[in-house]
Amino acid sequence: MSDSAKNDSGSNGHKYVGTRQVRPDGVDKVTGRASFGADLHVPNMLIGKVLRSPHAHARILSIDTSKAEALAGVKAVVTRDDINDLPSEMVPAGEMMVNYRDITRNVMAREKVLYEGHAVAAVAAVSESVGLEALSLIDVAYEVLPHVIDVMDSMKPDAPLLHDGMITQGVEPAPEKPSNVAKRVEFAIGDVDAGFADADVIVEREFKTKPVHQAYIEPHACLASVAKDGKAELWCTTQGHFVVRGHCARLLGMDISKLRVTASEIGGGFGGKTVVYLEPVALALSRKSGQPVKMTMTREEVFRATGPTSGAHMRIKIGAKKDGRITAADGLFHYQAGAFPGSPVQLGCMCAFAPYDLENARTVGYDVVVNRPKVAAYRAPGAPIAEYGAECVIDELAKKLGMDPIELRLKNAAKEGTQTVYGPKLGVVGLVETLEAAKAHDHYKAPLGKHQGRGVASGYWFNIGGESCATLNMSEDGGVHLVVGTPDIGGSRASLCLMAAEELGIDLDKVHPHIADTASLGYTFLTGGSRATFASGMAVVEAARDVIDKMRERVAKMWDIPVDAVIWEDGHARPASSNAGAFEPMSLAEITAMANKTGGPLVGNAAINAQGAGPSFGTHIVDVEVDTETGHVEILRYTAIQDAGRAVSPGYVEGQLQGGAVQGIGWALNEEYVYGEDGKLQNAGFLDYRIPVCSDVPMIDTVIVEVPNPTHRFGVRGVGETPIVPPMAAITNAIEQAIGIRFNELPMSPPKVLAAIDASRGPLADAAE
Amino acid sequence: MSRTKIHVATTVNGDAVEFLCEPPQTLLDVLRDELHLTGSKEGCASGDCGACSVTLDGRLVCACLVLAVETTGHSVETIEGMADGDNLHPLQQKFLEHAALQCGVCTPGFLVAAKALLDVEADPSETQVRYWLAGNLCRCTGYDKIVRAVLDAAAEMRAN
Repeated sequence: MSDSAKNDSGSNGHKYVGTRQVRPDGVDKVTGRASFGADLHVPNMLIGKVLRSPHAHARILSIDTSKAEALAGVKAVVTRDDINDLPSEMVPAGEMMVNYRDITRNVMAREKVLYEGHAVAAVAAVSESVGLEALSLIDVAYEVLPHVIDVMDSMKPDAPLLHDGMITQGVEPAPEKPSNVAKRVEFAIGDVDAGFADADVIVEREFKTKPVHQAYIEPHACLASVAKDGKAELWCTTQGHFVVRGHCARLLGMDISKLRVTASEIGGGFGGKTVVYLEPVALALSRKSGQPVKMTMTREEVFRATGPTSGAHMRIKIGAKKDGRITAADGLFHYQAGAFPGSPVQLGCMCAFAPYDLENARTVGYDVVVNRPKVAAYRAPGAPIAEYGAECVIDELAKKLGMDPIELRLKNAAKEGTQTVYGPKLGVVGLVETLEAAKAHDHYKAPLGKHQGRGVASGYWFNIGGESCATLNMSEDGGVHLVVGTPDIGGSRASLCLMAAEELGIDLDKVHPHIADTASLGYTFLTGGSRATFASGMAVVEAARDVIDKMRERVAKMWDIPVDAVIWEDGHARPASSNAGAFEPMSLAEITAMANKTGGPLVGNAAINAQGAGPSFGTHIVDVEVDTETGHVEILRYTAIQDAGRAVSPGYVEGQLQGGAVQGIGWALNEEYVYGEDGKLQNAGFLDYRIPVCSDVPMIDTVIVEVPNPTHRFGVRGVGETPIVPPMAAITNAIEQAIGIRFNELPMSPPKVLAAIDASRGPLADAAE
Repeated sequence: MSRTKIHVATTVNGDAVEFLCEPPQTLLDVLRDELHLTGSKEGCASGDCGACSVTLDGRLVCACLVLAVETTGHSVETIEGMADGDNLHPLQQKFLEHAALQCGVCTPGFLVAAKALLDVEADPSETQVRYWLAGNLCRCTGYDKIVRAVLDAAAEMRAN
């Protein structure tokens, strides 16, 4: 439980903001009533299934669907011919950009299949078993091509090319020959060479990470229904149904306004449900069959054809004076994008050294395509990879300098006014506060035993704002229907209701949240970038102020005094002072009950483009014990500390910290995509792609630091992404302390740890143990 | 491929039910697609995630690993049968109070599995809870609040 939020009263004089409340959608979710992506059934519904490439890289010579179409019970078959070919055009999807030319090829392969699992055709049939039989009747003729899986192999001059004619962007002069390098990015401040010349100690290391999947428990699922007049409805599990609407309409050549998308409850996303896979295919099948079509992915399809985040290869070099002042930092990053350009390498370059106030820094990144599924955003996309390398080097630097790693970080910590490598100066941030909290925590002073070690790392993520609408529909009984457009992925309904109740001054149980479909609310960007509580929260506050002003106007009319003479306080309209007149305060319920007599329905609206998102810093402490017989690394104790700005709903902020930490533990110790020489994924299931289970981890202690974001009414920063940034380096640093071996590759799985221990032991070491 | 359906009579959450299913259909397929009890979730269909946890004659199973025809004459309990009318089961209540769910898709499976634990062990240790629930995957919470909720529910059930 958080040290900062043990009581049930709100923080900073708030009645609700900062309290622990049962979430409004909670009962539905503990009783099985909540409806997730695969839970909808409609009359006359068909089942859609996807035929996927068995090859890592092949040219499609022909697709013959005639036998499948002839099978009884098959109502439609679609291929590349049923999805629009689109020119190159970049559009936002979460923190990452996507290219329509690529999306259309990713949802249905056109010229080539670019990874094992790439969609080639799809069928809609009266049952799943008929659909599966139909898939087996589709004949695809392939010309198999050489493939490339590893990022460094893919950059070699003789590597097989995924995209004919792809010229590296960001290089001057532009290369004449095509390659698998989609883009080079560079950020720099100061003079890195001079900084290293000034350094007393320099540490330079190379690191490798493997792709890891978001591994949300709910597979992708949707249900599409297209009417004969072209109007269409889509139900799907997504982090952003307005984004899905835009993508699907474009891919199918529909008017955006003819497609209404409803977001189901979403069973986890972590960035992976910000793009479309099945949705356009289901719409195409429904359009062709004239019947509703439901599609769900198997877990195997989720692993082979969606996400993951990049694997990477990087080199990090940091120099410092003897007193610990960092003089220069340099990073070179190669990120796998998967089959299409668009890894989060640019974000990695921006975040790599963000926890430090540096005069001289440079980051260079390469976005590299390989024959793997196209990467999707995963929780602070790009940052955990780059910051893992940087935070390992910082730890090694501290050891060389003989400094405590928290002291080294404090000496160089980013703070208000710090010049970032990517442009702006930081506003008010709370890194120092998290480091001080870590230093003061009893965890940091607890004794350690044999083969046990403690590691620390910090992490940074920007957080974003963006388009959000909110509507507050006032009922005649004083209830408030709060309508927003950001799917609730981890308890945001609760936070938004708390903010609405606080601002309106009414009881929390009067506020009823609803996630509107795309026809029922103005455009709202997706839940991602840790923006839902920040940006939709900002819209909710604005909508509350809008309806408060309207209620003040109604009351001013009734009292026959100027509106300025009516104030809103504790959920009541009151005279501003005794000079305004002697009127009994009117409650919100009284005002809304009379709405039809005072001017009609009362509704509060806000349509904003939220600005001023507050970056979030975190610092994690972890204790490990290494079993030198098996190579198994046990997490003994874990403390995640983060600046939340203001924790509106502390229980769910703690949950974000705990969940992020445990995903990071998986990334550090076990999770990886394993490919064979044939370019095929070998562990496309939860048995072999092993995410942490309950018995793998201890309780995850949290400390919520609150350095309010000055641009938000309640001080909110996003919290969801930063917690996955520090764990990998913190665990690496802890293992080094435990057994004296510094790993530079993830995951640090038992076979690798054991091999390193064996290699470090002399032939007689076992006898000496 | 023969798709002749088989008639099955079984009991689900105390009610006698009958359905027709194809031989390869799992209990999970039938619960979700035929009986429209969608509280049991499909996360993997291979017994690795526990999102479809139900009990069969009181024994905790993954509904995706049971053929629907095997339930003939047996008794199935799902998340839909956990609350007693309007009263939530103490586990359901404690999950809410402890914020033990984020997205909520694994929650039905965790609740069914946790109830099966408390049916055989009224006073489990944290370690027992963690190993018993090791067959249920949660990607959101890091398990901390789930374990606390189960321990708290067990304590409350012992007190009452």
